Amino acid sequence: MSDTQRYVAFALWVFALASTPLWAENYTVRMAILIAMFTALTLSWNFIGGLTGYPSLATAAFFGLGSYVGALLQGAGAPMLVAWIAATVFVGVLAAVFGVIILRLRGHYFAIGSFGLVEVLRLVISSWGSLTGGGDGLNVPLVQGGPNAVAQTFLAVMVVIMVIVFVVTVLVDRGRLGFGLRCIQQNEDAADMVGVDTTRFKVYAFTLSALFCGTVGAAYASWTGYIDPTDSFSILMTIKVPVMCLLGGAGTLLGPVVGTATFMILEEIVWANFLDYNRAILGAFTVALILFLPGGLLRIDYRNLVTRFAARPGRSGAPA
Amino acid sequence: MQYLQLLANGIVLGALYACLAVGFSLVWGVLNVINLLHGSFIILGGYLAFFAWHNFGIHPLLALPGVALILYGIGYVTQLMIINRVVKEPVLVTLTLTFGLDLILYNFMTVYYTATPRRVTLDLGHIELAGVFMPVDRLFGMLLALLLTGMLYLLLRTSRTGRAIVAVRMDNAAAALMGIQVERIYAITFGIGALMAGAAGAIFSMVFPITTNLAGDFLGKAFVVCVIGGLGSVPGALVGGLALGVIESFAGQLFGPQHALTVGFLLMMILLIVKPTGLTGIKGYE
Repeated sequence: MSDTQRYVAFALWVFALASTPLWAENYTVRMAILIAMFTALTLSWNFIGGLTGYPSLATAAFFGLGSYVGALLQGAGAPMLVAWIAATVFVGVLAAVFGVIILRLRGHYFAIGSFGLVEVLRLVISSWGSLTGGGDGLNVPLVQGGPNAVAQTFLAVMVVIMVIVFVVTVLVDRGRLGFGLRCIQQNEDAADMVGVDTTRFKVYAFTLSALFCGTVGAAYASWTGYIDPTDSFSILMTIKVPVMCLLGGAGTLLGPVVGTATFMILEEIVWANFLDYNRAILGAFTVALILFLPGGLLRIDYRNLVTRFAARPGRSGAPA
Repeated sequence: MQYLQLLANGIVLGALYACLAVGFSLVWGVLNVINLLHGSFIILGGYLAFFAWHNFGIHPLLALPGVALILYGIGYVTQLMIINRVVKEPVLVTLTLTFGLDLILYNFMTVYYTATPRRVTLDLGHIELAGVFMPVDRLFGMLLALLLTGMLYLLLRTSRTGRAIVAVRMDNAAAALMGIQVERIYAITFGIGALMAGAAGAIFSMVFPITTNLAGDFLGKAFVVCVIGGLGSVPGALVGGLALGVIESFAGQLFGPQHALTVGFLLMMILLIVKPTGLTGIKGYE
């Protein structure tokens, strides 16, 4: 697939999502909003997790922070758009600071550190009751207009955010930064040796991965009109986003888009049909993905698939 | 006297934390796998002990070996059949895999056992010493937790299998060259991790009410204990567990119980950045 073909595919997908109000009912429109929203998150994660190869579990930290900053500003009377932009900037700056601190860690330690961010922020937000309403959550001024108009507004918003993140991904991917990040992903010490400013590049990647999570969080808060600490700093979200990215193919351009769409549609089907066992099915799906599709959907090689399936357990199934 | 009471509470809690985290720490250290199943293993152990007591009247102390054995089996098979296939892949792969497995186990537990909090009530009374009030069942739980942790330490120090586990942890390629079946040691280690989780759960069910919703909390505690104490070593988990228990106990008193958890996590973040080897600073070659 050439780059042009990729862009065309993405443009078609954007069109399909954005046009849902024209040809589908509200349920589908809501689904499209969620898909656009999660695609923005997955593409964001791809900067640090895919391109740079750092197993970040901090998505929910920045999403939650963005939603709270946005909600608080809107509650204080700021216009919606201003609140979103402020949330983005705030989250970006904070992510850069956190990044400088925790990017010194590698592998498991980085995973724990980034996961710790989610927990610490959630605990701070839920215990800072005077500002954030604590466990009771916060109400956000509702957007005026009927349900259809609101849905269309937020569909437009989420799709625009998704497109922005995609464009940034393309720019990064083609530029110096993307090249440097790939070097770090392959071998950080070697990258450092040949003159890639690894610390600076990693902080850039981490900040990029957080920035739009902040925007999405703030927009989400305006959309739902209510946020609380457990929902905003959700552990499930922080793990689901990397899983979606892996499903499509981490570090690729379309991988996050394909992965998110596939995962969310499957999840919806499972939810609708197996209410009691939806988590288990999701789990089984995740396990199957890791064991049989290690490169993601975009890199399916059917011969390889068969070999893996036939590999005896107990011996290493994957080539070392 | 209040401080003595807080200290006593902290130590009792800390011993339970140590027992809860030591299996997680071992798996992380030896296999380099962050086992997100650990929290659910603890709950499973607790439930098995509870139902043995509730339905069949088996004393938890008698049920404990059985529970431990069942969990060992589950852990061993899980590692051998599933996790070993990708054990050498990057962090994210194994993390996601155990997350998926956890979703499955958690789901089945919630459906079959529901999320009702359950507790084994032994009614052993309490003792008072120098103004410190202590229910006997907690004291009993603490001793049991310390005993199990000590047994694991001895196993790693003295048994042939234990030495093999330590060897694999130090250098798995060299261990393989020495004739150790690394894949089998991985399975045994994961089994021991699950066993310790199950045993910790059984002990917990005697002391606190447990429910599936606590799985995440337990997992969080295991993380914090590991990072505070140092990874992959029994003394590390013991130091980390006791430190966390005492800190939570005092922080709960000073800042209010809702902040106890925050203080623990903040401490973990600070230590992670300043001293990733943990308080003990040893690399865990028992």
